[in-house]
This record gives sequence, C-alpha cells and structure tokens, in this order.
Amino acid sequence: MEIFLLFISAIFVNNIVLAQYLGNCPYLGCSKEKGVAFGMGAAVIFVTIMATLFTHIIQQYVLVTFHLAYLQTIVFILVIAALVQFVEMFLKKMVPPLYKSLGIFLPLITTNCAVLGVAILVQRKEYDLFTSVLYAIAAAAGFLLALILMAGIRERFEITRIPRSMRGVPIGLVMAGLMSLAFMAFKGMIA
Amino acid sequence: MITASVVTLFSLGFVSAGVLAVASKVLYVEEDPRIEVVTEALPGANCGGCGFAGCEAYAAAVINDPDVPPNKCCAGGPDVAAKVAELTGKAAGDSDPQVAFRRCVKVEGNVAKKFEYFGIQSCAAAKLVQDGPDACKYSCLGFGDCVRACPFDAMWIEGGLVHIAPDKCTSCGTCVRTCPNSILELIPRRARVMVFCSSQDKGKAVKDVCDAGCISCGACIKKCPAQCISMVDERIFIDHKACLAYGPSCEEVCVEKCPRNILRCLNPDLIAAAPETEPARYPEESHVADLNA
Repeated sequence: MEIFLLFISAIFVNNIVLAQYLGNCPYLGCSKEKGVAFGMGAAVIFVTIMATLFTHIIQQYVLVTFHLAYLQTIVFILVIAALVQFVEMFLKKMVPPLYKSLGIFLPLITTNCAVLGVAILVQRKEYDLFTSVLYAIAAAAGFLLALILMAGIRERFEITRIPRSMRGVPIGLVMAGLMSLAFMAFKGMIA
Repeated sequence: MITASVVTLFSLGFVSAGVLAVASKVLYVEEDPRIEVVTEALPGANCGGCGFAGCEAYAAAVINDPDVPPNKCCAGGPDVAAKVAELTGKAAGDSDPQVAFRRCVKVEGNVAKKFEYFGIQSCAAAKLVQDGPDACKYSCLGFGDCVRACPFDAMWIEGGLVHIAPDKCTSCGTCVRTCPNSILELIPRRARVMVFCSSQDKGKAVKDVCDAGCISCGACIKKCPAQCISMVDERIFIDHKACLAYGPSCEEVCVEKCPRNILRCLNPDLIAAAPETEPARYPEESHVADLNA
C-alpha cells in the first residue's frame, strides 16, 4: 500500500514538473510532438533510474563513509553527465531513429534538473535503495505524463486560432501554468 | 579533508572516463568519414541558409542524399560549392550568387505616418499595432529586425530604411525570413531589373499613401518581350533567370515603360553601399558596361 501511495504521490500529487517545477526546459522544449515527447520521457526515465541507483550507492558507500556528503551536488552532476553520455552512445547504436528525433535535447538531459532533483530528493527523504529506485521510476513517469499531456495540447494548437502574439512559447508557458493549477487539485488527495 | 575530496572526485572521474572509453569502443557507430571532411570545408556559420539545421546536417545530407546539390551553401559561395562538389563527386552546377534586396523606396514616396509609434523598437512589435506606423502597410518599418538578425553584419538602418552591403551579404536569407513585411528578397547578383515596391494594394490605394509605389498598371508585363514579369496579389515579380537568359536585347523596355519608376536597372542604393576600396560587385562591371553601351 505504501509503495502504491508513493507512486500516486510522485506521479500526480508531487509531480516533478508541475508541482515541484523541476525540468521545465525539456518540458517546454520537447513537448511539440507526442512522438518526441515520448522519446524524451523514456530517455529521462532511463537516466533517472540509473542516476538514482548509482548516486544512491555512491552516497551511501563513498560520500557518507568518508564524511564527504558536502560533495553531493558535484559528484551527482558528474555521475549524471557520464550516464547521459552513455545513453547517447547506446541510443546512437541501438535506436538511431530515436537518437535523431531527440537531437540536441539528449545531451541536454545532463543539465535536466529533474534528474538531479530526484537523486537529491531521495537522499533528503532517506529512502533505502529499493524505495529510491521506485521513487525515481514514479517521478520520471510523472515527467513523461506531463510531457505527453502537454504535447497533446500543443499538437492541437497547430489547428487552433491563437492570437499572433501568443503563438509558440507564450501560449506554451500559459498552458504550463494552467496544467500546474490543474494538478494542484490533487493536493490533499494523499495526506 | 581537501585531499579526500580531491582523491574521491579524481577517482570517480577516472572510473567514469574508463567506463565511457570502453562503451565508446563497444558501441562505436561507423559514420561516413566524408561527413567530417565536408563539414570542415563548409564555413561553419550554421546560418541555416541552405535549409538544413546547420553545417553538419547539410554535410550529412549532401553526402547521403543524391538530390541535395553541392552548391546550397550560400555563405561559402562558389568556392565552397566547388570544394563540396569535389569531395562528394557531384556536379557543381551553376551556383548563381544571390544578394538580399530591399523592395521599398519609402523615402522617395513621401510615405506619411499614420501615428507616432513609441512602443518596443522592433519591426515585429510595430507591425502588430495597426500594421505599423507608416501609411503604407508594406513599407520598410525601419526598426532593424533584419539588421539584428543578419549574421554577417551586412545591413544597417539609415533614414528609416534598411540598407544592404552587397559585399558582405552571403544571401543566407535570414533577413528575408525575419522581415514582417516581406520587403526583402533574394535576387541574383547579376539581376538586370529590380522592383522597388512590394505593395499588395490596388493602384488607387497605393497612390493615396506613396508617390513612388507600384500602381499595378501592368505596363511592364505587357511590354516585356521575354514574358518574365508577373503579378501576384498586385505585387510584381520578375523571373530573373528568364530575364537574364533573354539578355539585353530587350533594351529594358519594362524600365522605360514603368510610369512610376518602380522598375530600375541599377540599384544605386546597393552600389553606394559598397566600400570605396573595392569595386562595386553589384551589378557586375561587365553588366554595367552592357547597360551603358
């Protein structure tokens, strides 16, 4: 039951993008087409799980053991950067169409604060390794959900009459705000 | 403590680098080495004038796609086109160099102001307010969006009109895409006749706002022996390729017949813009001689 609540809470109530406002750059940059949004979301899920797994091990067995917890941020960034490089090579070899459609956004996962945010959050909440990875899956799934919902709405913008000055990023930002407000309704669902 | 931090970070970095080095060997994807060679041969401006995302994207396309010609790089010009053709084994084709051209002579037409505009100093912003402060809604707004967009410093604003330095223009088309009034276009550097108005209004409406604008009388279309002038939405277009192919034997009858002097053989504005140290490259000297003969 607790794990179920953790999932629901991370996806809907404390959505990493819409409630915690992390990872807004890829949220707006990669949400123009559903295909790209799904690819980006899948890549972020993969990187977030791997990053959480590795950073958790490093935090527990290296940083805490040697009393170097203050190095947390820089070490986590290093691990995430290396992981993203790895994912890039992996996709280029195994899934070239996805690699091409993600383009510049793939290396940008390095600086996606949602990934770093999840890695640091699980340390703050003092989850064990299993719960950390579950939380990472749920948070990244929340990111994917937000991205796909946004892409669905933005695809409809193409056939909608929008005032010229609002087209593109402005209406995207307004939509992001409205989506956040909508997700606020989930607050209180889980105490 | 400092030693421990340095050692920890160094070790982590070393391990990551090791893993990535192994991964790069295992997951190595063989790419055409010519893509890198062609990318190096391109100017690296990433201006997008070729229609691709950047120089590397164009290099990949020109190698992999037989339909992509080697002369798409406008920033590089014929030299780069020849080099790319050599590297890819494609025919260089005729890369007729182009230049950006402003289709407006607002200052000659005494275009009145509808209102004083005090908003954001940008053409795109001014255009949103009742199609801009000028009485002619197709005129150069003069706030310099194109000047700011030009990656090659080839444009400047003088007297409320944009001016183009043809020697610096690489015909990348960035300004053409930026102008909200579509008064900029790319024409061949050797173009014989240019149109100095881009209004889409009917004759009477143009007369009311501008002394120099095109009144869509169509005299040029009727007189052109090469039939290379057309009118779309009350705007004159010249098929420069056909015009150049026909040659000077028509004696520029369209220019002569234009009652408003909208069609002109030479672009004095562009010639004046060329630096004095270099001979004017536009139009080419041989062409000037032809016209004077």
